[in-house]
Amino acid sequence: MNAHVPLPTLDDGCGVSVRQERGQRAVFCGLTGIVWLHRKIQDAFFLVVGSRTCAHLIQSAAGVMIFAEPRFATAIMDERDLAGLADMNDELDRVVARLIERRPDIRLLFLVGSCPSEVIKLDLGRAAQRLSRRLSPEVRVLSYSGSGIETTFTQGEDACLAALVPEMPAASPDAAPSLLVVGALADVVEDQFARLFADLGIAPVRFLPARRAAEMPPVGPNTRYLLAQPFLTDTARALEEHGATRLAAPFPLGAEGTTRWLKAAADAWGVAPAHFDAVTAPGLKRARRALEPYRDLLRAKRIFFFPDSQLEIPLARFLSREMEAELVEVGTPYLHRGHLTDDMALLPRLTQVVEGQSLDDQMDRCRLAKPDLTVCGLGLANPLEAEGLTTKWSIELLFTPIQGYDQAGDLAELFARPLVRRTRLEV
Amino acid sequence: MQLTVWTYEGPPHIGAMRVATAMRGLHYVLHAPQGDTYADLLFTMIERRDARPPVTYTTFQARDLGADTAEIFQSAAAAAYERFRPEAMIVGASCTAELIQDDPGGLAKALNLPIPVIPLELPAYQKKENWGASETFYRLVRALSGPAPASGTARERADGRRPLCNVLGPTALGFRHRDDLVEIKSLLDRLGIDVNVVAPLGASPSDLGRLAQADFNIVLYPEVARAAAQYLQKTFGQPMVETVPIGVRATIRFVEEVAVLAGVDPAAVLAGAPSRLPWYSRSVDSTYLTGKRVFIFGDATHALALARVAATEIGFKVVGLGTYTREFAREVRAEAEAHGIEALISDDYLDVEAAIQAAQPELVLGTQMERHIAKRLGVPCAVISAPIHVQDFPARHSPQMGFEGANVLFDTLVHPLMMGLEEHLIGMFREDSEFHADAAPSHLGAKPRPAPEPEPVTSITVTPAGPAPWAADAEKELKKIPFFVRGKARANTERFARERELALITVETLYDAKAHFGR
Repeated sequence: MNAHVPLPTLDDGCGVSVRQERGQRAVFCGLTGIVWLHRKIQDAFFLVVGSRTCAHLIQSAAGVMIFAEPRFATAIMDERDLAGLADMNDELDRVVARLIERRPDIRLLFLVGSCPSEVIKLDLGRAAQRLSRRLSPEVRVLSYSGSGIETTFTQGEDACLAALVPEMPAASPDAAPSLLVVGALADVVEDQFARLFADLGIAPVRFLPARRAAEMPPVGPNTRYLLAQPFLTDTARALEEHGATRLAAPFPLGAEGTTRWLKAAADAWGVAPAHFDAVTAPGLKRARRALEPYRDLLRAKRIFFFPDSQLEIPLARFLSREMEAELVEVGTPYLHRGHLTDDMALLPRLTQVVEGQSLDDQMDRCRLAKPDLTVCGLGLANPLEAEGLTTKWSIELLFTPIQGYDQAGDLAELFARPLVRRTRLEV
Repeated sequence: MQLTVWTYEGPPHIGAMRVATAMRGLHYVLHAPQGDTYADLLFTMIERRDARPPVTYTTFQARDLGADTAEIFQSAAAAAYERFRPEAMIVGASCTAELIQDDPGGLAKALNLPIPVIPLELPAYQKKENWGASETFYRLVRALSGPAPASGTARERADGRRPLCNVLGPTALGFRHRDDLVEIKSLLDRLGIDVNVVAPLGASPSDLGRLAQADFNIVLYPEVARAAAQYLQKTFGQPMVETVPIGVRATIRFVEEVAVLAGVDPAAVLAGAPSRLPWYSRSVDSTYLTGKRVFIFGDATHALALARVAATEIGFKVVGLGTYTREFAREVRAEAEAHGIEALISDDYLDVEAAIQAAQPELVLGTQMERHIAKRLGVPCAVISAPIHVQDFPARHSPQMGFEGANVLFDTLVHPLMMGLEEHLIGMFREDSEFHADAAPSHLGAKPRPAPEPEPVTSITVTPAGPAPWAADAEKELKKIPFFVRGKARANTERFARERELALITVETLYDAKAHFGR
């Protein structure tokens, strides 16, 4: 939920100034998470229950790829549904039956709520239970909301993973401690982390979401979890309801972030510092070497973040501490102070964090500040470029492997690339 | 509820945005939840516009639901006026705002802004994008084109000026609207006709106030501009040209009709060889295109035009024709009848998929959505209509209309097909490791495609009874038929066997059916 208690401007104790802003917001709704989640969980299908707008959003985002077999669709509500002429639950059952007939390979079906379905209070939770009973054991049906009124962009992944938590097998109370890494990561990053944890002697290590529906990891009182993404508020809460404990850490972006993130797990497992250093030294060395050339490009560059994904604060921390960039303003759609404590503490004193958005006012501030690099969504990027500002489109940070040692250079390169491009083009 | 894998049109407020973004000095205040700003990307990314669309969204959230969403709308409208100072404003709701019933029209009126504020009623659960564009344009024209002349006033042309027309229909996010307009303006200029107003694309609200000064209207895209042109005809007595100049013959007819209305001589414009399509199509290397089976689907304007071009200007055989534009179903049905087939009028992607599978075409001309179907079925495909994605807003000049448009069409329609020599050699020698019947055309640089015989799709069964089984050697013989006609050969043979109630399909059956049906 976006709703939270408004807070006045305050010094959070870590020298960062947090201001809240309300007004027009240029952000995606949570349905957008489907664009990457359908690739991560390979036998899942995402059925949005909504309007033509919802269908249009997803295909405008994903439809540039040509799908022989799409893994998402929309059950579009029409007049008859709204007028109560058709029983919506019967209609939904009919649509799901047609879908399953067409796609017998589906093992996990998500009913995804939208603004229209939430406003008319269609109970998708109950529908999912009913359909699960009907379609089991072949297909599990779950529901979550990706509506814009409740979720912003990456919060859609949060809602999806939170819906998966009750499906996770219960680990017995006397099971050995296990580590759970939470948040959809690129396959290559997941594999690297798995190797690092193995070398540190941390086991067993599992990832949420798993790549297939049947392989979701167990959770119980001896589960310790590391968030790999900063936008997993509800997922974390659901895991804790099942007895899991969060390991506090900054997020694994850049050499420093990755080291501190791994350290949180190593400390929990009592890994000897010397062993930790020995295991992480090669990766750390590679990351630092990879970052070197980009530091010269990004040093002292003034960077302005529009709110988008909640990755902004960890990214700002990486850019300021490891790339020596200056932060003009760090916008974030929502700030989970608990999960971001460690990242905020590492931000330079007096960094201006803005939670929420008033689009036109923020654009005015951005134009006035004339930053060297503006991190923003694709609705603003080309218009700002045309005004002479260099932009980095923020959505790419969700579609690119950026976590861990061996992606630190790639992460820096994403920010350096638009600056380099400016110097190359002579037309 | 409708299971929608892909939707052919967006919701109607997207149509309104296409009109607002096409114009200058018009602002759109849209009551919509957070997240509906994705629509900005259609314009900034897909069409690569360099400015934000002139749209202010209220972007309400769950915590706003209740009494204050109306107030959010009013303050957004007031702030938008203060900041952008438009000449006119349109206000409306998106699908979610429609449910909370805040009446944007009434709320905006209460602000007493010193500009025309036009409320839009766009029922999001009944209507779609093109209707929304058409309705928005019609409302704007009605509100801004001025009062009707006193009855009995005859239209007269001022002395000494060239004939004057309006060009209606091009919008933002329109399929090739940018370049179609270049072609049409050039044709009109060579005919000695001046353009009064192009709208919505590039027009301001005050330009709409000058519409009545033209002698006649040209409707390039009936889906968007027919309703507005009919209003202008009724109110100001302006005749309209509705022939859509896509294809050589349609362009000639368009030029002749425009010339009659303007009272000019079209001979000079039509002289010589204004398009290369006729010669390219008559040259002998196009002979192998004769009778190639093509399935056509899109908006009504493009589907109708392409059916005529495919059949009479390229020499294909139209084996499927359909549209998602229900408003023009009658025209499309009539055209389909002329090709001896039944039109498919549907906005259900799964129906289109089933129809394409049943028709077994060698080429699909459709929208971005048919690309998905063609990929699944392994059939060549070209895009001829919206919905489209970023690759169909090209940098190069690529009209569909006019004589240059016909050149573009020839290249577009022929490119995905296997070239003649390759087709011949594959018919002759089937066991080559590189060039074989299941390979994709080599000029497309693709890897050999696996040759699945696509399994039947969805709940729509094409055959009432299951086909007779195939004998192993017959199945093997079928494999010797080149990929692009194999599906048709299989369907024909099975039909032949069913009609004769044969228990088994043999090699003989295959050749009997071939003799019976011809190619």
